[in-house]
Amino acid sequence: MTPALTGADIRGRHLRRRQARDRLMRALLWCSALAAVTPLLLLLMFVVREGLPAFRPSLFTEVPRPLGESGGGVKPAVVGSLIMVGLGTFIGVPIAILAGVYAREYAGSRLATVIRFLIDVLAGVPSITIGLFVYGLLVAPMHTFSGLAGAVALAILIVPTVARVTDEMLALVPRSVREAAYALGVPRWKTIARVVLPSAKVGIATGVVLGVARIAGETAPLLFTALGNRTVSTSLVRPMDALPLRIYVYATGPYRSWHQQAWAASLLLVLLVLGFSLITRLLLRRRAPGPD
Amino acid sequence: MAQDPSAPAAVTEQQAIPLVRGVAFGEQEAPRVSQAATRLDVANLHAYYGARPALRDVSLTVWPNSVTAIIGPSGCGKSTFIRCLNRLHEVTPGARVEGRVLLDGDDIYGAGVDPVVVRQRVGMVFQRPNPFPTMSIFDNAVAGLKLAGIRNRELLREVAERSLRRAALWDEVKDKLHAAGGALSGGQQQRLCIARAIAVEPEVVLMDEPASSLDPMSTLKIEELMRELATSFTIVIVTHNMQQAARVSDYTAFLLAGEERVGELIEYGPTARIFTNPRDPRTEQYITGRFG
Repeated sequence: MTPALTGADIRGRHLRRRQARDRLMRALLWCSALAAVTPLLLLLMFVVREGLPAFRPSLFTEVPRPLGESGGGVKPAVVGSLIMVGLGTFIGVPIAILAGVYAREYAGSRLATVIRFLIDVLAGVPSITIGLFVYGLLVAPMHTFSGLAGAVALAILIVPTVARVTDEMLALVPRSVREAAYALGVPRWKTIARVVLPSAKVGIATGVVLGVARIAGETAPLLFTALGNRTVSTSLVRPMDALPLRIYVYATGPYRSWHQQAWAASLLLVLLVLGFSLITRLLLRRRAPGPD
Repeated sequence: MAQDPSAPAAVTEQQAIPLVRGVAFGEQEAPRVSQAATRLDVANLHAYYGARPALRDVSLTVWPNSVTAIIGPSGCGKSTFIRCLNRLHEVTPGARVEGRVLLDGDDIYGAGVDPVVVRQRVGMVFQRPNPFPTMSIFDNAVAGLKLAGIRNRELLREVAERSLRRAALWDEVKDKLHAAGGALSGGQQQRLCIARAIAVEPEVVLMDEPASSLDPMSTLKIEELMRELATSFTIVIVTHNMQQAARVSDYTAFLLAGEERVGELIEYGPTARIFTNPRDPRTEQYITGRFG
């Protein structure tokens, strides 16, 4: 006969096994988390190390010098990026939020299903294809590359990101909140505009930040829409420069000073996106009522 | 109220039964009635979720300036029933209603009746406190007015204070009106929801198990509040707590779902009689705790 096991023995063995498994899983999770953020940290370190030497005020204030001359800056690209990303966001975000609202709040109607499907398709369209589309839509008829064409390409690119996030964030607003508004005799459209959307605003704003970060770094759709420009241009109907375009040109060029400026411009791009994200978060945190 | 409301054919008698104001009590002794108190006549009400019936052929009259309790075991259609009284049932996808609900004689399911208008007259407090998460205590209390476009600050302040006082919450929140509604305790949140519901001066207030998620002290407060509010409003409360029904209500309706899980009205009458001398053996079994 085997010796009788007491309950404590069984629980003891079980406990040790469970604790060992817990430690193993914790270690695995920790390693995975580390593996996920390591490339980001390395990238940031590398961009800072390579970009810092050329990261001088002249980077913002000067235009590119003629070939062979050293010095100069990427002012046209900074200005162009701000204009095109700003305008693209301004055009794309309202459309995206309205599309996301429709897809979620009117879910069940056939049109809402179609819209959600199209948003997903649009998210999968390669960005260079969107550049080509805008080339055909604006550049060819206007007979010129333009900042407007670049902004429209970016606007199309930001739509699926923001629409999807809006859809998902609205799904998180509990039904009880909507019903509370209905029970007060608030019409549906007003419930959506004044109660549901504000409840989801932090999430939607995060989606906008993600979208802006994405379009700020897009190069391909600008190649044959905005084209690039070595002088500062604020005209929407003339070619316009952008940071990713300038980085692309400089990084693939043969000169040492170009490479340095490409790194510095990369650092600038990262900082711009990071700064925008931080500012948005701070603004939202201050305005949302919290427990106090 | 001289007549037994459980008498059949309540709807056809509606003209014969005087409204409370100025008749039953006399002009001088009339309780603080906010407006002509309103009665509800429910006639042959059927409710469905898609093809599945949830309520069958419910007819009863809710008397003005009284508290009417709807009791019954889980799944008997209590909540479905009161959600039919402010046209909130139909908000659930696929849900529909047959039959008539007369609000002072006008069918709220009549052709051309706007559910938004019905809900302005018939307010609701939900099972779980659901203050608007993005709004302060003050804004929650006057949410109905603000969302209806009222911006007069003086008026809003006045209504907020009056509603919070009537909901017995004013003293606890008067110093932190601009804190988030969600920062209050559960019982306070529920009284905030009551303040929000009565701030728009509805005629009928529906309460769907308003105390079921609260502790005993908060429950007691809510129950006292119901008696107080019945002097101004017509109140319908759903409860699974028979003691609560016995404590607060003037009339009690007992719903029960049979084998096929469709709720039916078993018995309706003055609370005292229902609890002391039920006519239906199933009512007696339920109130003596033999099932449910």
